[in-house]
Amino acid sequence: MYKYNDFDAAFVRERVAQFRGQVARRIDGSLTEDEFKPLRLMNGLYLQLHAYMLRVAVPYGTLNSRQMRQLAMIADRWDKGYGHFTTRQNIQYNWPELRDVPDILDALADVEMHAIQTSGNTIRNVTADHFAGAAADEIADPRPYAELLRQWSTDHPEFQFLPRKFKIAVTGAEADRAVIRAHDIGLQLVRNDAGDIGFRVLVGGGLGRTPMIGKVLTDFLPVADLLPYCEAIVSVYNLLGRRDNKYKARIKITVHENGIDQIRALVDERFARIRAAFSGIDQALLAEIQTAFAPPAFKTAQTDGYEAARLANPAFRSWSDTNLTAHMADGYAIVSVSIKKHGATPGDATSDQMRALADIAETYGHDELRISHEQNVILPHVHQSDLPAVYAALRAADLATANIGLASDIIACPGMDYCALATARSIPIAQQIATRFDELKLEHEVGPLKIKISGCINACGHHHVGHIGILGLDRAGVENYQITLGGDGSEDAAIGERAGPGFSADEIIPAIERLVLGYLDLREDASETFLQAYRRLGAGPFKAVLYPDKEGARDAA
Amino acid sequence: MPKAFTPKVITANALLEGDAVWLTADDRWSRDIAEAELLTDEAHAELRLLEASARQSEIAGAYLADAQEGEAGPEPVHFREAFRTRGPSNYPHGKQTRA
Ligand code: HEM
Ligand code: SF4
Repeated sequence: MYKYNDFDAAFVRERVAQFRGQVARRIDGSLTEDEFKPLRLMNGLYLQLHAYMLRVAVPYGTLNSRQMRQLAMIADRWDKGYGHFTTRQNIQYNWPELRDVPDILDALADVEMHAIQTSGNTIRNVTADHFAGAAADEIADPRPYAELLRQWSTDHPEFQFLPRKFKIAVTGAEADRAVIRAHDIGLQLVRNDAGDIGFRVLVGGGLGRTPMIGKVLTDFLPVADLLPYCEAIVSVYNLLGRRDNKYKARIKITVHENGIDQIRALVDERFARIRAAFSGIDQALLAEIQTAFAPPAFKTAQTDGYEAARLANPAFRSWSDTNLTAHMADGYAIVSVSIKKHGATPGDATSDQMRALADIAETYGHDELRISHEQNVILPHVHQSDLPAVYAALRAADLATANIGLASDIIACPGMDYCALATARSIPIAQQIATRFDELKLEHEVGPLKIKISGCINACGHHHVGHIGILGLDRAGVENYQITLGGDGSEDAAIGERAGPGFSADEIIPAIERLVLGYLDLREDASETFLQAYRRLGAGPFKAVLYPDKEGARDAA
Repeated sequence: MPKAFTPKVITANALLEGDAVWLTADDRWSRDIAEAELLTDEAHAELRLLEASARQSEIAGAYLADAQEGEAGPEPVHFREAFRTRGPSNYPHGKQTRA
């Protein structure tokens, strides 16, 4: 795990001290809200509907047990005993008081964490595949590169006032678990014919008001060129990106308006000019970073106990069927801990649960934890022989829900229960859908299904890339929910298509139920997923089940 | 024709806790919308908003929100403003716990 050097530590402390002064001046009234707002946002502090919200970065989603315990301590001491894990691998606290925020930031600095660049028109927390360094299908661990990018982008003088926020995601495998195609820059580690490792670089993806899938800028960038090339992209954007209109300011619009070929030509030109300035210091740094991400000392042990437990305990078998992923090391598994208990708020963990996760990671998981963009927690390295004990410990903490990748494993943004920008609530919709599918006892039969909900057009809940996406809107003063179908956040990324008129809060749960039951009738056999069936049949039959009484349904069917 | 002015209240977030507050006729910030001053005249409303916004050491982000006269005092019109009088729907946190 990466350790702060003296420079990192001093920088973070300095920023906290600065912010402490700014908060004091805000409280005594010498700073107005207009003056203070950009300063607080630079430190991850938002003002929401009922309270402040502090967004803390979990760089590339990686935490150790000490950090997780500190997050729990902060939740208890300065918040309401829980935290909300987000799609950007951050944790948000929904109830901090302004006066306490500098102390919270100091407590974070104690465990090498901070809230810098979790907001504002800067390069945000770099996200990565949550299975990094563990997945069987990985070419290389993407996190050293994410850390290199984090160091380069943090407080980068040229990039503190970009036209708009800028998000980078990195993955080390062909299977895209980091939604790199919906990021401003998406990086995928690939191997060329000569066997060398490099990056496929995508640019101009994003969700929000104008959803776009990232376009390939280059199919192979030698790893040594990562920083100069990314710097070239960001500088081209910094010059070309529109500052006249907030809704046209993201790089996806720059790419759309100028064309990928023009952007490529400009990036190449800029890259040629600045490359020499990166005289290899970045490579020395990378080498140093890489040692911090060396794999843990994997153990060898008998796995018969695991097989026996599977046979003996159907609940454990069901959990291990849904919540485990293949690990690169023999005898190991990746455990996805669902933070989506049916009926609970997606992504919310109590401080007790955080401490339980920390204990489990320390005892059975080489002290590593990850936050996934799907708002779950990952134990990346668990030996199969330890799985029964891990399962028992998770059960004791009410964390053993067996629903990873299923209908109730829903991404939901905070929506109008917290967010000042929301047009409707999203959390209660997620809670009700999950509860309903639990009652139906159908979700295991339905199989892989990604439902994603946003409370406004900003799309923080990734609804555009949900197999079923739900967007909450305000229609003449009433909450209204629009459905999109066929979205996909994987390597075959696609933006979902609007199914038709929206549904009221009362109608939306039955509508989703019709859709899923309809799919069960439509699929060829149990092996055809919802998304595959949608791709084979098109929207028509799905719209027909969604709008059984509507004129349009007949046309569509 | 410009849209007719509909009654408003001035609301903001309390500076220290961020909790929703409303401006009363006697210039207090109340945590209860029912105590708010209901503004029925547009020019007066704009003036009150200017005065409210100047109180930077007490609140942040003052704005005019639609409201209507209810039995106990002003009530919210829009669901967003109604949520602000209660708190989130997923936990008994915020104002609803103090009611
Ligand atoms: C509650 C406070 C939040 C505010 C004020 C906020 C604001 C925004 C805004 C304005 C956008 C649109 C940006 C654009 O297109 O230029 C956006 C996008 C996004 N936000 Fe949030 N957000 C909040 C919470 C969250 C949370 C909790 C998550 C994770 C669950 C999140 C993740 C994202 C993602 C993934 C996108 C879309 C991807 C993209 O940048 O294109 N946000 N957010
Ligand atoms: S999608 Fe909208 S409602 Fe949801 S968190 Fe983002 S800005 Fe808020």
